[in-house]
Amino acid sequence: MFFQIFVAFSPWNWLLLLVALKYSDASSDLNFANSTAQQWNGNSNARFAAASTEPGERISVFSLDYDYVQIPYEVTLWILLASLAKIGFHLYHKLPGLMPESCLLIIVGVLVGSIIFGTDHKSPPVMDSSIYFLYLLPPIILEGGYFMPTRPFFENFGSILWWAGLGALINAFGIGFSLYLICQIKAFGLSDVNLLQNLLFGSLISAVDPVAVLAVFEEARVNEPLYMMIFGEALLNDGISVVLYNILIAFTKMHKFEDIEPVDILAGCARFIIVGLGGVFFGIIFGFISAFITRFTQNISAIEPLIVFMFSYLSYLVAETLYLSGILAITACAVTMKKYVEENVSQTSYTTIKYFMKMLSSVSETLIFIFMGVSTVGKNHEWNWAFVCFTLVFCQIWRAISVFTLFYVSNQFRTFPFSIKDQCIIFYSGVRGAGSFSLAFLLPLSLYPRKKMFVTATLVVIYFTVFIQGITIGPLVRYLDVKKTNKKESINEELHIRLMDHLKAGIEDVCGQWSHYQVRDKFKKFDHRYLRKILIRSNQPKSSIVSLYKKLEMKQAVEMVEMGILSSTAFLTPHQAQRIQGTKRLSPEDVESMREILTHNMYQVRQRTLSYNKYSLKLQSSEKQAKEILIRRQNTLRESMRKGHSLPWGKPAGTKNIRYLSFPYSNPQSARRDVRFGEFTGDGSSESGSPSTMFNTHSRTGSLQERWLTQETIPMKSLHKGGKPFNFGYQRSPSQEEHTGRVRRAALRPKPLFHAVNEEYESGEESEEEVSPVGSRWTTEHRNVKEHHKSHSPLLQRK
Amino acid sequence: MAFADVDGPLVIFSSDQIEQLHRRFKQLSGDQPTIRKENFNNVPDLELNPIRSKIIRAFFDNRNLRKGPSGLADEINFEDFLTIMSYFRPIDISMDEEQVQLCRKEKLRFLFHMYDSDSDGRITLEEYRNVVEELLSGNPHIEKESARSIADGAMMEAASVCVGQMEPDQVYEGITFEDFLKIWQGIDIETKMHVRFLNMETIALCH
Repeated sequence: MFFQIFVAFSPWNWLLLLVALKYSDASSDLNFANSTAQQWNGNSNARFAAASTEPGERISVFSLDYDYVQIPYEVTLWILLASLAKIGFHLYHKLPGLMPESCLLIIVGVLVGSIIFGTDHKSPPVMDSSIYFLYLLPPIILEGGYFMPTRPFFENFGSILWWAGLGALINAFGIGFSLYLICQIKAFGLSDVNLLQNLLFGSLISAVDPVAVLAVFEEARVNEPLYMMIFGEALLNDGISVVLYNILIAFTKMHKFEDIEPVDILAGCARFIIVGLGGVFFGIIFGFISAFITRFTQNISAIEPLIVFMFSYLSYLVAETLYLSGILAITACAVTMKKYVEENVSQTSYTTIKYFMKMLSSVSETLIFIFMGVSTVGKNHEWNWAFVCFTLVFCQIWRAISVFTLFYVSNQFRTFPFSIKDQCIIFYSGVRGAGSFSLAFLLPLSLYPRKKMFVTATLVVIYFTVFIQGITIGPLVRYLDVKKTNKKESINEELHIRLMDHLKAGIEDVCGQWSHYQVRDKFKKFDHRYLRKILIRSNQPKSSIVSLYKKLEMKQAVEMVEMGILSSTAFLTPHQAQRIQGTKRLSPEDVESMREILTHNMYQVRQRTLSYNKYSLKLQSSEKQAKEILIRRQNTLRESMRKGHSLPWGKPAGTKNIRYLSFPYSNPQSARRDVRFGEFTGDGSSESGSPSTMFNTHSRTGSLQERWLTQETIPMKSLHKGGKPFNFGYQRSPSQEEHTGRVRRAALRPKPLFHAVNEEYESGEESEEEVSPVGSRWTTEHRNVKEHHKSHSPLLQRK
Repeated sequence: MAFADVDGPLVIFSSDQIEQLHRRFKQLSGDQPTIRKENFNNVPDLELNPIRSKIIRAFFDNRNLRKGPSGLADEINFEDFLTIMSYFRPIDISMDEEQVQLCRKEKLRFLFHMYDSDSDGRITLEEYRNVVEELLSGNPHIEKESARSIADGAMMEAASVCVGQMEPDQVYEGITFEDFLKIWQGIDIETKMHVRFLNMETIALCH
């Protein structure tokens, strides 16, 4: 896998790199002071000048100016290298489930580090305190906050807050104090590390980065509350660690240990709370502001992503200015903003935002990990057996203590407590990551003379947890047989859950109790009444049931399109809804253009699925709101009505419904028939669906079609009277192979008959019909068919 | 003092809970021994609940009260009130597997009765549509057609889950209780259908 990475380096780049490295000064000091850099630059310039063949005055035909581009060049190379590694990583399907991607990034980092070390090259000053906190950290946090599944998060909010907040504190102080006690033991030579320094180390080493294991969890499909615990911890943990870190640094700066009085400690605690809450407050405000602004951007949708990103970043910066927690601010901003922004921005902006966010965070993380790898392979380590080993041990011990005690307490308050198995998993997922490393790396050397030791210890802990715990947690989850989630996207489930929510809220109302469902209910009402009016462009309340339904429909539509069931031209423009002669098989371009049209014209559907993967976005087939579809179809319908044609073809077939209806098990072989797809109209009944009726060849087709025309226009009109048909589509294709092809395909999907009653259509129409209108179309067809063949099954029967 | 229902393992309330519920019962009924449908109008928040009518109906449903196969009672006394409440008791982890299954079935039956308003033992398409319409009724922008199609789609799905492959002549009448159980097979209703307060004695009554 790594070989292909090397190969990817173009020979020219490689040569360039080698030449540059050869001529540069060797320096192993990782203190990236500007002066040394400049000096180095100057040196190399001189060298280059000296190295050129003509001394002094001639114009050199070929010259090299590496230092000009060095920093961006190397950074770009690193990022590319990591990307190539990721590609390789995902090519082996099994790997992502086995180990977290962080492993991969660290390996790449070590590789780069060893190259740099081996060639005695001075790596560019990528990371210092301001760069990290101002540029590298915000994207990572923003992405975490934006992709957080809100509903499960808030359902478990109490537990999450309790666990993340107190857990971080317990871990930090526990590890700090224990290490302090170890340092007191003279034998280890650590007595110059005082309490504050230990506490600080404790706080930075307790910064867990379990997002790395979330991908593994997702593979194993663990149950929702467990997933949310880990996710919530990841989200809040960074903020808390950084706050603690800053406070302790401030303490350290108060030169003498004895100066610290209880007042200061109290002030520290108060500050902790204010910093946290203040950050959240600012985040929410900025979230609302940006949501409000996106309400007006319909004409310049190109700047929508810009607004989203800039406001989030602004919230971070403003919070940092006031010494509040920027991390919590940006998280709160992302969470608040997401709901409203998603509804306001255009589809393309939404996609852009998602992908850009992933990209930014991915780049940041890559850089941090590579940097970590680089600093691993180097000379600035100080290995102290006692310190390192005890750190490792204490990390595990304290995490176990905090998990089991905190969950023991919170289980008393939860209706569905976390089992011991769950708690073991939570304990085991305490994987450290980029956060700890950065904080360790950025320790001011002046205040921490033993910084190198801290860095070494941190690195060891990170390597240990990421590799050993990260790789084994997958099998552990499977071995412990943790309770799985059974989320599946189905309308029934959505309906039932919704019903359950209301039922519960109702019962609680009757009992006069308050619970978090009521809180949620109240919030939703408030939201609908006030917030949405202000913040959302065209206030169309969305229902998740409808959204899910439409989404599933769209998915089906696209699938059917891909299977060649719909003809391409039909899809594109209404006026082309003529009889289609000799339609060809759908080419990929057609499918693409169809998809494009779909996505271009629809709003998006809010997705309710849980899965979160830090490293990639879920593939979306197409998610759009069918309000547009409705309108379009109605228009095309009316148009085609006016033109006297029958149903327009250009609509996606009755997606779902097609699946659920049976069709006569006529042998495909004998079938030289037209395939007809009834559509799912508002009454959805009959779905004819599939190629239930097959008709014979062209000669017949002509007459049949005429007959169909007349008979169909009637139902069409009635449909119009009855209301707006929801989904409509129809299709014909005379070509033979396609029929048989489709027949065969359709024959593979027998569905149960659905029995439907539709009073709306009972009026008039074919009174002798026994079926509902759409069905009535079918039976007319059937009757026609029966005249020609002895085919079967009236699809529907009235109750 | 515990209240035990002979029919099922569900209904063991603690005396605190019974007291609380009794207080609430008295409030709702206006100190009368029985509650009628009109008394539910005293619950203000219930007005905004889209499935309000179904919930109230569930309280008076003879099937839930275990008084008969169908029909509605006119009034319920405290015992009946408790019976209904027992459906929402969280499943105790101390219960064994069989009891858990029983509980689950009972809860699902309650739900089933909510859907099946005409007590014929099947959820027909009409009833399903009714439910969906009610659920979406809070949303003024969704048209009736959409609600219908959603119901239809859901029914399709249910049919495919329950019956799988069907003969062409077969007709799917509606969802029976067994089918309903099948639909819910994978989903943990135990975790969803409970009312928190029944577990805790500490939350005060809010009027």
